[in-house]
Amino acid sequence: MKRWMWMALLAALSVLVIAGCDDEEATGTPQATAAATQTARATAAATQAPQATATPTPVVRGPKDIILATTTSTQDTGLLDTLVPIFEDESDYNVKVIAVGSGQALAMGERGDADVLLAHAPASEVALVDKGIAINRQLVMHNDFIIVGPEDDPAGVQGMTAADALGAIYYNGATFVSRGDDSGTHKAELALWKKANLDPAGQGWYEQSGQGMGATLTIANQTNAYTLADRGTYLAQKENLELVVLVEGDPVLFNIYHVMQVDPEKFDLVNGPGGAAFVEFMVSDATQAIIKDFGVDKYGQPLFIPDAGKDESQLTPQ
Amino acid sequence: MDLIWDGLGEAVRIIQSGDFDVWEIVVRSIFVSGTATAISLFIGILVGSLIAFNQFPGRNLAFSLVNTGMGLPPVVVGLFIAIMLWRSGPLGELGIIYTPTAMVIAQTVICAPIVTGFTAAALRNLHPRLRSQLYGLGASRLQMLRLVLWEAKLPLLAAVMAGFGGAISEVGASQMVGGNLAGDTRVMTTAIWLEVSRGEFAPAIALSVILLVLIFLVNLILTTVQQQERR
Repeated sequence: MKRWMWMALLAALSVLVIAGCDDEEATGTPQATAAATQTARATAAATQAPQATATPTPVVRGPKDIILATTTSTQDTGLLDTLVPIFEDESDYNVKVIAVGSGQALAMGERGDADVLLAHAPASEVALVDKGIAINRQLVMHNDFIIVGPEDDPAGVQGMTAADALGAIYYNGATFVSRGDDSGTHKAELALWKKANLDPAGQGWYEQSGQGMGATLTIANQTNAYTLADRGTYLAQKENLELVVLVEGDPVLFNIYHVMQVDPEKFDLVNGPGGAAFVEFMVSDATQAIIKDFGVDKYGQPLFIPDAGKDESQLTPQ
Repeated sequence: MDLIWDGLGEAVRIIQSGDFDVWEIVVRSIFVSGTATAISLFIGILVGSLIAFNQFPGRNLAFSLVNTGMGLPPVVVGLFIAIMLWRSGPLGELGIIYTPTAMVIAQTVICAPIVTGFTAAALRNLHPRLRSQLYGLGASRLQMLRLVLWEAKLPLLAAVMAGFGGAISEVGASQMVGGNLAGDTRVMTTAIWLEVSRGEFAPAIALSVILLVLIFLVNLILTTVQQQERR
């Protein structure tokens, strides 16, 4: 009958269920307490409101969790894997990094589904600031976009300006893999086509991967295609790629990263203090020093150039 | 082909070295999918026995709905649960988006119809006179259910295997509601996805090998129990 086997199975199953309940309690309790303290604070704040003008307001701490919506390049290069643990140690916040394209990251901010955004689509970011949804937008760092392609360079774009290179790709009908995911890199690519007065949409050689930078580089590599990449992700993945850098240094290929908070006044659940703490962390001297050296030991050159405190118009490509 | 060998080498290295990050991911995968399977088994037995044993109008519709549920695309489930759980969604106040709890919910939605479908089919295939006989012997409803489930335990094991396999191998829903957070909601499938998007194929293959071995082991244990029982 082997009843013991059934007993063992049953025992294993119940252990799982019990463990499941435990975990849910474990994850549930802090949230519940966080929510409780929040309401407590809210009531306290409400009752204290009349005195608020008299006494200096103490630093208000929001919930412990922060949701950071960011571009894939900051995750694919491993930069956030280095920075986020440092921030968590220093600040006691727990950062949930959601790596999506810049377009989706900004959309998450627009719905109040994230507390803080790290993106590289300046025009769309400014639009979000103008709408009053993003606040405290600060320059963090830059690197540059590059056009990479197969070493034999069938369209002969090596050393051209970005616009000329796209023209050569267009008229040669050389395969080009676009991100096609509304990310910062995709927006930059579309702006370059516009600048070249060309419309690649619908052309047979124009592929859209709909995926992150890392995956798109892999696809371009496999299909001997050209693509526009940020230098950081390209360097981080170079050892797996046969693609070479063909166009670089054109001022239009500039890739600027900003960090910004989602306005807590607009959404009840947005963690204002947490977002502010992360923005402050990203532009702090210590963090900027880490960004400056990030990747040097591994790739022989930095992946990002720190820019906090600079004026965007002063920047020049690397 | 070199990639495959590198990946296999990496897999052996990880298994030998007890690489903490990787084992943590493996344990989390088993835990999340195991919990989802356990909850699904509960729901499956409840709903499965209800529709298998009772005649009611729309019973065929109920069966079709369960069977449709068995093929629910995980990414659709993920999107739906994410919309519910996002802060801007109706359940945003709960604050459980990007937690293992959210992943258990999503995997349960994927897994429960599979378990329910298997359970209902198993119970329907029992000898039709078994139940009337049990009632004739004076069994209460609860006793009857217990005895019938005991009779159907082998197909129920198949239900658990199919459900667990469905839960642990899906990637779309876990990615969307879990966010693939390191040390928090990263499971094997989403870790594989991330490593591939980073162009790090060796660790991706290593994780794939570990995932396959794990699914194999679970099925081996359950099948052994099944065979022992049949003898």
